[in-house]
This record gives sequence, structure tokens and C-alpha cells, in this order.
Amino acid sequence: MQLTLQIIANGLLLGGLYALLAIGLTLIFGVLRVVNFAHAEFMMLGMFGVYWIWRLTGIDPYLATIIIIPLLFAFGLLCDRLIIQRTIGAPEVTVVFATLGLSILLQNAALTAWTADIRSVTTHYTGMVLTPGGLRISVPMLISFAVAMLAALGLWLFLSRTFYGKAIQAVAQNREAAVLMGINVRRVYMWTFTVAVTAAGVMGGLIAPLYSIYPRIGMSFIVTVFVIVVLGGLGSVSGAVLAALLIGLVEASAGYLIGTAWAELSYFLIFLAVLIVRPQGFFGRRGAEVFGGR
Amino acid sequence: MSLLEVKELSVAYGDMVALEGVSIEVAVGEAVTVLGANAAGKSTLLRAISGLTPPRAGEVGFAGERIDQVPAHERIERGLVLVPEGRMVFPFLSVEDNLRLGAFSAKARADWETTLERVYTMFPRLPERRRQMAGSLSGGEQQMLALGRGLMGLPRLLMLDEPSLGLAPLLVREVMDQIAAIREEGVTILIVEQNVHQTLKLADRGYVLENGRLTLSGTATELAASDEVRRAYLGM
Repeated sequence: MQLTLQIIANGLLLGGLYALLAIGLTLIFGVLRVVNFAHAEFMMLGMFGVYWIWRLTGIDPYLATIIIIPLLFAFGLLCDRLIIQRTIGAPEVTVVFATLGLSILLQNAALTAWTADIRSVTTHYTGMVLTPGGLRISVPMLISFAVAMLAALGLWLFLSRTFYGKAIQAVAQNREAAVLMGINVRRVYMWTFTVAVTAAGVMGGLIAPLYSIYPRIGMSFIVTVFVIVVLGGLGSVSGAVLAALLIGLVEASAGYLIGTAWAELSYFLIFLAVLIVRPQGFFGRRGAEVFGGR
Repeated sequence: MSLLEVKELSVAYGDMVALEGVSIEVAVGEAVTVLGANAAGKSTLLRAISGLTPPRAGEVGFAGERIDQVPAHERIERGLVLVPEGRMVFPFLSVEDNLRLGAFSAKARADWETTLERVYTMFPRLPERRRQMAGSLSGGEQQMLALGRGLMGLPRLLMLDEPSLGLAPLLVREVMDQIAAIREEGVTILIVEQNVHQTLKLADRGYVLENGRLTLSGTATELAASDEVRRAYLGM
């Protein structure tokens, strides 16, 4: 019983990490119709940003995460202006090559600047655990989980309850009709992309005390996050959160029960099964890939 | 006074020329129609005026100013509103949210509640379904929603692209009556329709487009009497 609860707790915490990345990725797809292969590279940049601030000045990683937010935002704007804006309306392959190219560029820029060395941030709370009822809950994991869930809730409220949120839904559901309402679609794209990649960077900052930091770390996250986004239904925010928690649970339980090698394999099997039974994902709409902010 | 002035407008999709040297005018308070067969360029004309499709050459003037370089989303602010072909309601938003978004532009947003009351009075079926997702409405209801959403933008010129397309004959009547009612309220109308007979009853003047060129223009009565229109579009 204790063990089951521990696995569930680990799984949910891990899922929370994935959720913050998945929400951004699904939002960029739902609104811009852009598959952002570079998404996890923004997370990597966030990790390195926090690492260097901590290393050079000794500032606490969580404080450093707040410090890098404006930098991430500015960098997101730059990527939007230079790359994303130019791919809107282009054929899908162009979009794929553009974001994949950005991913490769960022990875190699990081390799050149910071080498392939594996680094880590160690603080007095890195190994800190809470022990409610005999469970062991990692404090840094809990913090990133809480931030991810709050971000998801805030985003959901914004999209479903506010006028501007509904305008963003309108853009996602019918871009031309949104233009005809007087909505500046390019500006909506800019904000969506920039906020989503900033969130990915923040997520990187939050997990800097937990994970090894190296230029290609994004690669080990992006595949999982893509599975989550498709599983939840492309463009669905709540679907992404649900699928992230599910994948976290599957990964944690398969890793414990069968062996870590099975962790990834097991969620791919579930992924395939879901695609066969329900190709649109949990909350997706068949053939539409349109999000209703849910 | 002319509200809309289109001069020598040409549009091409790649190598395919969709419009060539089209000039039309719509005066304040008029209802004008553009007739033509499928793929004659009617929709393209409205799309180019609204800014969705960039023209290759020519000018679009609205209320005395050139607007062909103005981005599409800013044209709404000036009162140039298009109700697009195929209705294009936001399927996963409620009826009321669709209408509210129709009043997105700053000018319309200031007093959207008053406009909403007006639209609800005009289309009594919409308030009954205000919380329903727009995608779950019938075709006729969606068309009413699209018209209502257009009115929410406080149009000075309301452009309608095939408002009766895909509707049952009884509903076609209803929609055309509603357009006539909108006209009575003093909204200037530019309408493109396959349903030539009913449209000519509604319009003051009309133009005929063929393969992207204007071939004929005149008052609605003249057009309805012309051999060309009678043969090609009225089946007489």
C-alpha cells in the first residue's frame, strides 16, 4: 500500500514536470498550427541560464528562475520575429524544417558555448524530502509540480473566462474569421509563442536543481512531451495536463514494477493503443485539431 | 456619396487570374449585388475588399480613404465588415461568445451590450441558444449567427458572401427577409448570391462578373429584364 502510494506520488510529480512543457507545445500547435520541435531547447536554455547565474553569483536557483524570465521572453520574441512569423501560412514541411533547424541551432550553440560537459546545481534542498505518512516527496519536485499546475489552471481560466482568451480560441478555431472580427492574428501568434516558450524556460529553471544539465537534455524530454500532446488531443490544454500526469504515472510504475528500460516502452504501447481506439486523443476533435481552450 | 470605391482591381492566385480590372462603387444606403456563375470571382472580390486576399493591382477606397494597404483586421474598425462564405462561425465557442467577438474592434466593443440586444431582437432564435456551442446549430441558425456577428461590428458597409448557400428554400426566404430588414436599418449592403431572383428583389443595383471581368451593370430592374441575366442566371 505504502509502495503503491509512493509510485503514484512519484508519477504525478514527474507528470507535473511534463505538463508545463506539454501545455506550451499544445498551445503553439492549436493556435499557430506550428509544431515546435525546438520547444525543449528553450527548457535547456532555462536550465543553463539558472546554472550560470547560480554558479557565477551564488544566487538561489529559484530566484535565478525569476531573473531569467525577461531574458527568455525577449529571446522568444526574437525567435518569433526571425523564424516563426515567417513560417505562418507556409507549407507544413517548411514549418517543420524551421523549428527543427532552430532546435539543432540552439543545441549546437549551447555545445559550442558550454561544451558537452554534464553540470548540476546543488543546493541544500536538492535532496530535501517531505515525509507525510511515511511517503518520500522531493521538495524541488513538489515546487515544480505546484508551479506547473498553477500555470495550467491560470491558462485554462484565462482561455475560457476572459474576452482575450476567447479571442485566442477564435484564432485557433478559424483564423480568417478571427481576422474578420478585427483580431490582430499576428499579435496573438506572437504572444502565444513567446509565453509558451518562456514557460518551457521557466520549467528548465525549476528542474535545474533536479536534473543533469547538458546541451542535448531537451532530446530526452521532447519525445515524451510530443506523446503527451498527441495523447491529450492536439491543441487541448486540459488534455495535455491529463495526459502528462498519466504518462508520469505509467513511467513511474513501469520503471518500478518491470524495470527502467520498460518505462518509455510502456507509454509508447499505451500511446499506440489510444491512437487505435481514439485517434483524436482524449480531448481532441477528430480531423479538426482545433482547441476549444479546454 | 460613395462609401466604397473599387478601381481597376486585379487579383491572381499564382498564375490564375481571378479578377481583372474590376471597378465597382457602392453609395451610402445602397444595396448592391454582384452576380455571376461559380468561380466568376465574386468571393475573390469581397475577400480583396476586406483584405483577406491581397490584390495584384488596383485601388480600394472606403469612406473617402484608400484602404488597400490597411491590414484586414484594421478595416473592421472603419466599419467594413464581411460575413464570409460558409458562415465561419467559431464552432467551439458559445453563440453569445461568437457575437461578443463580433464586437472586438474598439469602437464596437464600447457599447456591445446595446448592439447585442438589437441583434437578439432581430434574430429571436439566437438568445434561445445563447449558451449552446455555435457548431451545434443548424445551417440556418449558423447563418443567422454569422449575420448577427457581422452586425455586432457596427458595419457601415456589410458585405455578404453567399448568405443562402446550402440552406433549405424556406430558410433562404427567411435569411433574405432578414437581410432586407438589416437594410431597412440603414446599413449599406454589398451582396454576392447564387440566388439571383431573390437578390435582385432586394438590391438597388447590380454588377455581373464573368471570368473575373465585369460584363454588365445596371439597376436591379434593368438587370432582371436583361436577356443575358435572364438566360444565364434566372433560367428563363
